[in-house]
Amino acid sequence: MIKAILIFNNHGKPRLIRFYQYFTEDMQQQIIRETFHLVSKRDDNVCNFLEGGSLIGGSDYKLIYRHYATLYFVFCVDSSESELGILDLIQVSCCSFEVFVETLDKCFENVCELDLIFHMDKVHYILQEVVMGGMVLETNMNEIVAQVEVQNRMEKSEGGLSAAPARAVSAVKNMNLPEIPRNINIGDINIKVPSLSPF
Amino acid sequence: WVCHTPIRLRELIRTIRTARTQAEEREMIQKECAAIRSSFREEDNTYRCRNVAKLLYMHMLGYPAHFGQLECLKLIASQKFTDKRIGYLGAMLLLDERQDVHLLMTNCIKNDLNHSTQYVQGLALCTLGCMGSSEMCRDLAGEVEKLLKTSNSYLRKKAALCAVHVIRKVPELMEMFLPATKNLLSEKNHGVLHTSVVLLTEMCERSPDMLAHFRKLVPQLVRILKNLIMSGYSPEHDVSGISDPFLQVRILRLLRILGKGDDDSSEAMNDILAQVATNTETSKNVGNAILYETVLTIMDIKSESGLRVLAINILGRFLLNNDKNIRYVALTSLLKTVQTDHNAVQRHRSTIVDCLKDLDVSIKRRAMELSFALVNGNNIRGMMKELLYFLDSCDPEFKADCASGVFLAAEKYAPSKRWHIDTIMRVLTTAGSYVRDDSVPNLIQLITNSVEMHAYTVQRLYKALLDDISQQPLVQVASWCIGEYGDLLISGQCEEEEPIQVTEDEVLDVLEGLLVSNLSSPVTRGYSLTAIMKLSTRFSSVNRIKKVVSIYGSSIDVELQQRAVEYNGNDLLDLLGGNDVPVIPTTMPTKPASAGGELLDLLGDLSLGIPPMTAYNKNGLKIDFTFERANPNPNVAVITIHASNSTEADMTDFVFQAAVPKTFQLQLLSPSSNVVPALNQGTVTQVIRVLNQQKLRMRIKLTYIHKGSAVQDLAEVNNFPPQSWQ
Repeated sequence: MIKAILIFNNHGKPRLIRFYQYFTEDMQQQIIRETFHLVSKRDDNVCNFLEGGSLIGGSDYKLIYRHYATLYFVFCVDSSESELGILDLIQVSCCSFEVFVETLDKCFENVCELDLIFHMDKVHYILQEVVMGGMVLETNMNEIVAQVEVQNRMEKSEGGLSAAPARAVSAVKNMNLPEIPRNINIGDINIKVPSLSPF
Repeated sequence: WVCHTPIRLRELIRTIRTARTQAEEREMIQKECAAIRSSFREEDNTYRCRNVAKLLYMHMLGYPAHFGQLECLKLIASQKFTDKRIGYLGAMLLLDERQDVHLLMTNCIKNDLNHSTQYVQGLALCTLGCMGSSEMCRDLAGEVEKLLKTSNSYLRKKAALCAVHVIRKVPELMEMFLPATKNLLSEKNHGVLHTSVVLLTEMCERSPDMLAHFRKLVPQLVRILKNLIMSGYSPEHDVSGISDPFLQVRILRLLRILGKGDDDSSEAMNDILAQVATNTETSKNVGNAILYETVLTIMDIKSESGLRVLAINILGRFLLNNDKNIRYVALTSLLKTVQTDHNAVQRHRSTIVDCLKDLDVSIKRRAMELSFALVNGNNIRGMMKELLYFLDSCDPEFKADCASGVFLAAEKYAPSKRWHIDTIMRVLTTAGSYVRDDSVPNLIQLITNSVEMHAYTVQRLYKALLDDISQQPLVQVASWCIGEYGDLLISGQCEEEEPIQVTEDEVLDVLEGLLVSNLSSPVTRGYSLTAIMKLSTRFSSVNRIKKVVSIYGSSIDVELQQRAVEYNGNDLLDLLGGNDVPVIPTTMPTKPASAGGELLDLLGDLSLGIPPMTAYNKNGLKIDFTFERANPNPNVAVITIHASNSTEADMTDFVFQAAVPKTFQLQLLSPSSNVVPALNQGTVTQVIRVLNQQKLRMRIKLTYIHKGSAVQDLAEVNNFPPQSWQ
């Protein structure tokens, strides 16, 4: 079971926080801080598994994380989850974000931190199609994105939460913000180029 | 008066990001919260969704958002999809079953589970499956079961996971989902297949009956797996050339559960496991995830031995993989199998030992644990060389465990006593500060038993002390050894190596040096003082020893003092028999009971009327305290203990010891006698002087022999009358 999914930046600022087990607000912030503390001191060339911090659950729990440019993606899981599988899942989630942003605004090619910041609600909705109740729901990226897209269109037709996202993004581009968008190398999941099955 | 439109989420985010300090951010948040609150109060339907979205953003940053909980419920009840979407998300982030308010959702969820739009149904399933309480699950299980049978794959897959949650909350309801599972595996949609396998796994793990029932699915699962491996390229499910690796992993895991302990099922899956193990492309992470899962399954079920060896060899190959994640999971698995398949794992020993040099801390730790598991009589010399080298260079967090592991392995497999002692020496000198406290008595026991090595051992330890006295376990073992075998050291009887020339004075210099050094802990000081005392029976320089002991007899350090006083009654040591530094009054053990009174006279005026108290009364032994104030120093309380014995047998070898908190100073004078006569025929008295300014507390230890058996007791004394310390 996945206990929590945390996305925060290199300074520990939370970008997406989802707990699948109840913790008080105080505990949640403490866990975020402790997790950031644990992953941020890891070198880039060590393995992506960590024993979990003391707050989130003890010896049965592990932190599985990936560090992409300015963002840490951390899944806190128990022993029933395949460690290597979760690593792939993180990639699936990232890819989904990437595709989502692509369809949203052709200017960005790879997902970056700003996208997560400004579309927090949409990011939650994507995640909701991937993980449900702490369990993996869907791993086919195209399915995930398609389902999110339909729902986004439904929102849009009702007027949505706020102004069209494209406008917000271009407004952001005109501001002098301290953070610079960076590209995220998603790794070996390849959604564009078909490859032949070896069997 | 202008009615403000609540600002948009993105505008809020942009504003907050311009804050340069935490205080500035807090101010902006508070301002916006106030605006949101008043907007909520106005019961504005249009902007409620926007306000809740903002609230969720602020909640993520760590600000309180509980005042939005009810608003989420209102959103959920709305007809607009936008409202429901953010409302359900808000409920999942801000609420849980501990809040009563969550029950209000039940009706909405029930309606939405039957909504005409599948995405609304999806939201309801998601929310129920995340946070539904037991009551909610009971109420709505029927709806979930219905949706589990729908042909809509989007809903079916969500219903399966929702069912898992329901079963976890209300296990009795598991039965009702059984019919719906009948044709779950005939689904073509991979999402449904995936969550169905999760549901089946949950049911099998919870109920042995279910497990037995679902064993008949093994052929079908094998078929699905086979199709995934053998099928041609399928663009929907392809990940790096492998078809739906996630589903493969899930199925392998279910097969593991079904095959465990069951011959028929295990046999039915042998072929496919061998196929996956040999054919899976391992250049990418996904391939390795499948392979790893396959290995775990092979190890857990009743597989043929050939298959098991194949699995372990795969793990061995993983150890050579460049990807550190692969190496890590391989080591973890090998650790699990090393007991059952010891020989197969032994073949990969050198690769495992190489992992001790890995940069990654998690990998190093696994490699260390595994290395110790692989040590045996044949490889002890080689393995120990590697492990000692590791001990030298590893991070402090490993040293204690590694040292303990070395001691254990050495004890089991040491090829010779000399090798054993040398290994211990190596650990003590290179990692001596990290060795666990309980190792010291074990090592002492070991040394005692290696009779022919005593001279060699004490010589090596002595030499080590000359080099370095900072590592406490080393110093303690060395002190003890010198105390026991100091005579062998002096007489230069070592055969194993060139005997050193050392005199009694030099040895005593070293031991005394330990007593005064800042580096020595109180425990270490105790060891060295004890060693010095023991040497009085082995060395001829008894006067020097007496001097040292008497100095420490009045030490502020209560432990040391007690040790010194303990030796008081010892025939061999007769230390306190009228010598030149009599800080402790030199009464002989057989003095009559009034000795205490004489001392009191020496000490001055009687009390200011502090009442006496009973400090201890157990098993016929009663100890009363009487109090006086010393003159000229009124801060010193003088306590006289009166020990009496109401049983019909004498209590002999009676020793009273006392300890006080560190902020006090205590001096224990000698007792009047060490026999407490039976039937209250007399008392043993002893004087305690305490320098105190605070509430007095004391811990006492009593030892005596009664009717042939040794008795020992510890007690706290907390009932001192206030006047004794005010």
